[in-house]
Amino acid sequence: MRKCSTANLDALLRTIAENASLYLPVDGTDGRAHFTKWEDGVKMSDALNTVRSAKDFFFPQTENLMDFKVEGKTIEIIDTREECEDFVIFGVRACDVRSFDILDRVFLVDPVDTYYKNRREHGIIVSMACTRPSETCFCRTFGIDAANPGGDIVCYKEEDAWYFDALTEKGQALLSKLESLTEECDTAAVDAQKDLIRERMDKLPLADLTADAFGGDKLNTYFNAPEWKSLSQSCLGCGTCTFVCPTCQCYDIKDFKTNKGVQRFRCWDSCMYSDFTKMAHGNNRTSQLERFRQRFMHKLVYFPANNEGIFGCVGCGRCLSRCPISMNIVKVMKELGGNA
Amino acid sequence: MQKVTREILLAKAAELLAAGTVNRVLGWKAGEFTYDVTPALFTTAAELEKDFVYGPFSGANFSKYLVKETRRDEGKVLVFLKPCDTYSFNQLLTEHRFDRERVYAVGIPCDGMADIQRIKDQAGDGVSGVECDGDNLIVHTLYDGDKTLAMADCLAERCVNCKSKKHVAYDELIGETGDVIDSHRFDEVEKLEKMTEDERFAFWQNELSRCIRCNACRDVCPACTCEKCVFGNPNSGVENKAISDSFEEKMFHVIRAFHVAGRCTDCGECSRVCPQNIPLHLLNRKFIRDIDNFYDEYQAGAEVGQRAPLVNYKQEDLEPSEAVERSGNNA
Amino acid sequence: MNTEALIPVVGVITDIRIDTPDIKTFRVVTPDGKKAFDHKPGQCAMLSIPGVGEAMFSITSSPTNTEYMEFSIKKCGCVTEWLHAAEVGQQITIRGPYGNPFPVDDAFAGKNMLFIAGGVGLAPLRSVINYVRHYRDRYGKVDIVYGSRSKDDLLDYDEILHEWMTDDGIDVHLTIDREQEGWDGHVGFVPNYVKELGFDTDKVAVLCGPPIMIKFTLAGLQELGFDKTQVYTTLELRMKCGIGKCGRCNVGSKYVCKDGPVFRCDELDELPDEY
Repeated sequence: MRKCSTANLDALLRTIAENASLYLPVDGTDGRAHFTKWEDGVKMSDALNTVRSAKDFFFPQTENLMDFKVEGKTIEIIDTREECEDFVIFGVRACDVRSFDILDRVFLVDPVDTYYKNRREHGIIVSMACTRPSETCFCRTFGIDAANPGGDIVCYKEEDAWYFDALTEKGQALLSKLESLTEECDTAAVDAQKDLIRERMDKLPLADLTADAFGGDKLNTYFNAPEWKSLSQSCLGCGTCTFVCPTCQCYDIKDFKTNKGVQRFRCWDSCMYSDFTKMAHGNNRTSQLERFRQRFMHKLVYFPANNEGIFGCVGCGRCLSRCPISMNIVKVMKELGGNA
Repeated sequence: MQKVTREILLAKAAELLAAGTVNRVLGWKAGEFTYDVTPALFTTAAELEKDFVYGPFSGANFSKYLVKETRRDEGKVLVFLKPCDTYSFNQLLTEHRFDRERVYAVGIPCDGMADIQRIKDQAGDGVSGVECDGDNLIVHTLYDGDKTLAMADCLAERCVNCKSKKHVAYDELIGETGDVIDSHRFDEVEKLEKMTEDERFAFWQNELSRCIRCNACRDVCPACTCEKCVFGNPNSGVENKAISDSFEEKMFHVIRAFHVAGRCTDCGECSRVCPQNIPLHLLNRKFIRDIDNFYDEYQAGAEVGQRAPLVNYKQEDLEPSEAVERSGNNA
Repeated sequence: MNTEALIPVVGVITDIRIDTPDIKTFRVVTPDGKKAFDHKPGQCAMLSIPGVGEAMFSITSSPTNTEYMEFSIKKCGCVTEWLHAAEVGQQITIRGPYGNPFPVDDAFAGKNMLFIAGGVGLAPLRSVINYVRHYRDRYGKVDIVYGSRSKDDLLDYDEILHEWMTDDGIDVHLTIDREQEGWDGHVGFVPNYVKELGFDTDKVAVLCGPPIMIKFTLAGLQELGFDKTQVYTTLELRMKCGIGKCGRCNVGSKYVCKDGPVFRCDELDELPDEY
């Protein structure tokens, strides 16, 4: 374990930024935290988490996939992929770190999504433990330990110092570049912080929420549950929950005509949208109830069915605080699970 | 003014259900933490007793839900309307969006609703509960004990700049109705107007750059009730989600603002629901202010059936050239 | 950088056959005249016209055809409308193959085969039928029941008439929905015809057609004593990526583009009723 005095943090960030683009949560003009590129003078936010999740780094809201040059009847396909530059995401919380594992299970299984893989290979994750988890947090429901957030390097912030520990080779390589700004230290301060975090996690309002009632074998238990009706009744069918969610990864592929040719891009899509499943001759989910059910069944039943029981939710609480009608996965789990 | 409480609304709803005046109630359902209230339908007094809440977080405007609700069932639905909600209600009636006969509207006075974000900005993250205590809110926090905040400091923007305490539509009123307020709601618009074009462009560029195209603003907006939105059309190229070109993406908000111009009642739902905190209401307010300046004061939804200036030709309407002149370079 | 599943290759339309008033069959090869990739019967490919869109189609030609691929496409959306207006020589893009094939070399091997198709539903089955015809000695007796609205709506009638019907050991049973001048064959809907023909259950049935046809035909087969494990079908849902990631064709824990489109009918029972 290495330690960096708070006074030296800026120098440490500067050193990281000399070798790779460095992103960290910064308060925006809207008063909320967003991952922002570090440059001299940029101050890290004290907020618990960013409004948007960290998935953007690997799966951006919109990205160009390829270009086409069309002339008469001929088509030229232009591969626009480029090797991504190294980057570091600093201050990623345990929930978002887990979300990368979940995204990996989609994008890195055969056939591999090379756009995602490219970014994933070049990204270094410096996670940060949560000393003040919020009332909307329920990561522990999914077996996530906010005191051991994972990533390539884990960090713990204390009043007078920041503590770092490398968890992977990539992390080790980065930490070794910071040797002059850090010193070897014992784990006493970090151990104390871990105890504090666990004590606080125990007292969270959602501490007792469990996902035991859900899992890959629960299709028939919940698919036709009468509760979906009241749960989905007021759903606006917007994409807020999907887009702030660190694990939602559905996408659309569309073409965009430019004056030079055609750009094929992909962008986030939402199963909550009315024409997500619409095709030329029909739509297999015509009601908001069906679309709403799909989103939650996917996270709580279908995803675990295909991924050794791992749920497609990390308990970050973003949907809890952002849904326009305050409907969310916790309410769904309590309503359905309570009757299982 | 009579203070509206959960008990009063509960009694009214139970009474109307029992009398058969209505067969269901649109109301606010309790959540996990006081502030996460969900609009819900209640069909029995027992359901109401269990989950119905009314308080500083009952901000959702139910008017738009009536479009769907009145199509679903021939019986009457009870809806509680705060003064600002009644304007949306009237505007929807003007546009023939729902059947007035299938609604029983109870007007309720309102002292303004709280914005949980403002509370968290003052009390910190980790709000486990909020209680009302006269003009104050007692905020229970996870790490810093209870904090007392003045309700006035926790009001949502649209309530700070409340335009009217007057109910313009109802079948029945609880308490008394108030007056139209000479509010400061255009102050921010004026600030924007005083900016140079570049400054203003930079302002909106910054705000709209955060847009994630979740469409919550459109989906909650009582003026957005098209059966099929142009942004939901797969052939429009701007279908529901992000586009490869950021300019086009911003056009979503500009086009939407134009589309609701003259019909937007300034209910503020767009800004309330925006997950990215974009002050969308300012776009609409700019239109409202321009309409006021160019065609005399006009409040959408003030009366059912009124002809909005933008869709009603009068001989004395100002010429486009005059509009450009009056607004100078800063329009 | 290695290859990316979402990046297609260029294909050229070298032949367009007008099959029915709304179905055309397109022959596609790469610009250097080769087959774009190998596939197995029942698999699909993503075809696209840059600027118009991309859509999934089943590959109608048999894998035993080593020269080109064929796609029988019904006009019903923007991509298909564009293709119907295209001329020979037009380039498009193609990627694939996607989805699972019919189990032609395992579950079907040595079996008597019953193919049942309605309308453009013959397109995915044609690949299997011609595969079975090519490896004729690996399979038992073959029955084909094919119906459409009218005689003019029968897909690739020439091939049916002059190749399938003349093959030994293949019985083709055609039907059209309503009486028509010049048609002396059977008239009536496919599900009823299947029951009238009354097949023995000593075979594997492969079904494709409109959802309503599949539903009633499956019921009819069950009446005849078929078990759902003997019946295969192929599903069609909205697809975008073709590789089980974009989420569009997700039904239950399955992705139709990857885990399907071919399903045994008893497997469909394990999916929620959303397809």
